[in-house]
Amino acid sequence: MARVEAFAGDPVNGGADPTGLPRVRGLGGTAGGAAAAVSRAPAVEVGPARLARDRCLPVLPALEALVPGPGLRRGTTVGVSAAPGVAGTTSLALALAAGASQAGSWVAAIGLGSLGLVAAAELGVALERLVLVADPGRDREGWAPVVGALVDGFDVVLVAAPERFRPADARRLVARVRERGAVLVAVGGDLPGERSPLGLTVTAARWEGLGHGWGRLEGRRMTVEAGGRGEATRTRRAELWLPAEGGGVGAAEALATPIPLQAVRDVGRSA
Amino acid sequence: MEVTRTLVAWCADWPLVAAGVPLDEPAAVLRANRVVACSPAARREGVERHQRRRDAQSRCPELVILDHDPAAEARAFEPVAAALEVLTPRIEITYPGACAFPTRGPSRYHGGDQALAERAAVLVDSALVERGPVRVGVADGPFAAGLAARRHRPVAPTRVVGPAARLRGDPGEGPPAVGSMSGSASGRSRSRPGSGSRPPERAPAGTAAARARDLVVVVPPGASPAFLAPVPVTVLADVDGAEETVALVGVLERLGVRTLGALAALPLAEVVGRFGAAGLRAHRLASGLDARPPATGPAPVEWTLSAVIDPPAARVEAVAFVARGLADDLHTRLAAAGSACTRLVVGAESEHGETHERVWRTEGSFTPLAIADRVRWQLEGWIDGLGHSALRPSGGLTRLWLAPDEIVPAGGRQLALPAGGPGMVDPIEAGDRAARALARVQGLLGVEAVRVPEWRGGRGPGERVALVPVAADDVTESRPASRPEWVPEPWPGWVPDPAPAAVHDPPLPAQVVDAAGRPVRVSGRGEVSRPPAEVVVAGGRRRAVAAWAGPWPCDERWWDPETHRRRARVQVATDGGPAYLLTVEAGRWSVEATYD
Repeated sequence: MARVEAFAGDPVNGGADPTGLPRVRGLGGTAGGAAAAVSRAPAVEVGPARLARDRCLPVLPALEALVPGPGLRRGTTVGVSAAPGVAGTTSLALALAAGASQAGSWVAAIGLGSLGLVAAAELGVALERLVLVADPGRDREGWAPVVGALVDGFDVVLVAAPERFRPADARRLVARVRERGAVLVAVGGDLPGERSPLGLTVTAARWEGLGHGWGRLEGRRMTVEAGGRGEATRTRRAELWLPAEGGGVGAAEALATPIPLQAVRDVGRSA
Repeated sequence: MEVTRTLVAWCADWPLVAAGVPLDEPAAVLRANRVVACSPAARREGVERHQRRRDAQSRCPELVILDHDPAAEARAFEPVAAALEVLTPRIEITYPGACAFPTRGPSRYHGGDQALAERAAVLVDSALVERGPVRVGVADGPFAAGLAARRHRPVAPTRVVGPAARLRGDPGEGPPAVGSMSGSASGRSRSRPGSGSRPPERAPAGTAAARARDLVVVVPPGASPAFLAPVPVTVLADVDGAEETVALVGVLERLGVRTLGALAALPLAEVVGRFGAAGLRAHRLASGLDARPPATGPAPVEWTLSAVIDPPAARVEAVAFVARGLADDLHTRLAAAGSACTRLVVGAESEHGETHERVWRTEGSFTPLAIADRVRWQLEGWIDGLGHSALRPSGGLTRLWLAPDEIVPAGGRQLALPAGGPGMVDPIEAGDRAARALARVQGLLGVEAVRVPEWRGGRGPGERVALVPVAADDVTESRPASRPEWVPEPWPGWVPDPAPAAVHDPPLPAQVVDAAGRPVRVSGRGEVSRPPAEVVVAGGRRRAVAAWAGPWPCDERWWDPETHRRRARVQVATDGGPAYLLTVEAGRWSVEATYD
């Protein structure tokens, strides 16, 4: 009896049970049900003071230098874009969602029909909590209600092609995001007529590991600039490996003198 | 120790019958890359439940693969349930493919269990219109009746395959206890050793009643424990796929408790002491009792919840959204009273006053998600009824109600503790919230609009993860295929990490030229004619190639002339722009993926 109760009181005891005993989830009838009801109550409302970091979704450690505060502030919109001729928007948006996803948040992506899901998993997005919603079509009216519904239920919503929103819809959407405490990541820039409190821009990106007929893509060195309004006004800059070798996101050591490294490589290649 | 005498009508291989596949063709229904059901023809080839797609195909290359679609199965089952409604109004649908009702009243009216069971078999058989076999079992309690119905399944005697076939018990002919069953039934299973697993052939000269007698097993009142005794304990896991039960069965087998009779012979107190609630349930079932002590009385009326739908809803999605809210409400109320619902009446009314009610039963207890599922299944069956226009509602639905029919003390499910740390979220609350939002999205865009990733084996970046449509109510279920461990080993010849952030399906057309502006070709030996110098993607601007690697030849499915693909992949990084994964196939270049 004592043995069974030990398991029943140990919900974190994972599937790998060394004794091979079946996991028994509690014996009590009524008491268990009542306990279930109590723990379902929104515990967040109880605390008298709410710390700033409780109102944030965590980000990956490598991205902490880019965001003001401890993470992505709930209820805000983040615009992710790239300088002309530079790639990396999708990866950066995925990396931004990865921290919250690992902490248990659900992530929805809409309009990103060609999203590379293996890449998402490598960058740290938990695929079991990722949902893709089909493009609502060319019709601009279709987007606002669908994205609005997603914002109600998901902590992070990735939206492609923000230019599809009419300014009036975008304004309503931003208000809904603020009310629901979600984070809307606009992949490709700000929503029309709205300036995001935080905007991330890929200013430079360079793939490493590829030669002329040899090697393979190993990692990408990326420079990201963050700016925005309010506490994000000051421009922040970070050097990232996105993706790092073998997947994931890493902080790149500041490269003070990239030119000599470049020269050595060039010599090596022409040889 | 009163046990409800129950009749179970069971349609074998229902997922395949519902999909309209002839059972003499090898076919299997897959969910998350695992076989959930297969046709008798496939079973003969060695296909089993829980097998992976590749294993199944390796045993039976001509296997037809179908996707698991519980909603379609439930929809197809509606005519069967409707056919049985002439016998009794209280048909319980255990799951699509099996339904049950207590025999007490109807049995007296029709002149005994045997007559009633034969009548039920004839009714279901005519509703199925020769599409698949039906079995009927009558015994004390739904568990024994279900086994009586399944036990009769004809299986090729030399080959014992799949968990379903294990229901037969020992590979020998009928075990001694079967002698207590109706003589005609056990006699038949002996007289047809060579019939294989084909659907039962209709005896050409036989009357309908004689055919029906072949489909029926009646266990006499009080004989259920003896009937159950020789059955292996693995049936507990087959009947109820819950994780706890599967683990319990594993332990019992290792302890040497291999039959239900051996389990029933153990002292109840010791079984409960060792295995808790799951052990109690298993012991009761093995002893021929109901899974729980009988409820003290019918559910009080105040539990019944109903919602008015305004404007009337013509689409199932809209009703499902209402149902989800109603189910949440019901669950919260029941949980507050420490109760759970195991049998539920779902009813709906159309604007012209037509009503439709069904009783649903579950082995565990209904979660809000499961309730919403049942509502969707039932209403899809009613609204899009298969060819029974007279039975369909003539207008939109205006009212929906949920009435718990059997309420038991809650099993005491231990919820995950709220996760600690800043920014951590309560996983159950977050999942429920997401499911509700997706139900709303599905109401707006249709069921197919929501997709979730699932790992698959493959080499290309687009092959390794597939997107599958999901019902909003299933999204929070444990989906093992969504975890990377689902594919334990990388396939040889896969595109190396890191993976591209954008995968194009279909691939974008591309042009690759060398420094002189001539198209680059890849020879059969896997060599490029000249190093690539510029790429043009989908008619865009020319981009200079900064670095490149490859080509990596890839020869896939060479044994199958139709799906054979021979191609070579090249990685290209452009100056300042993105890197591409290019594919050349039959001299034509395309962009398979972009490293965005």
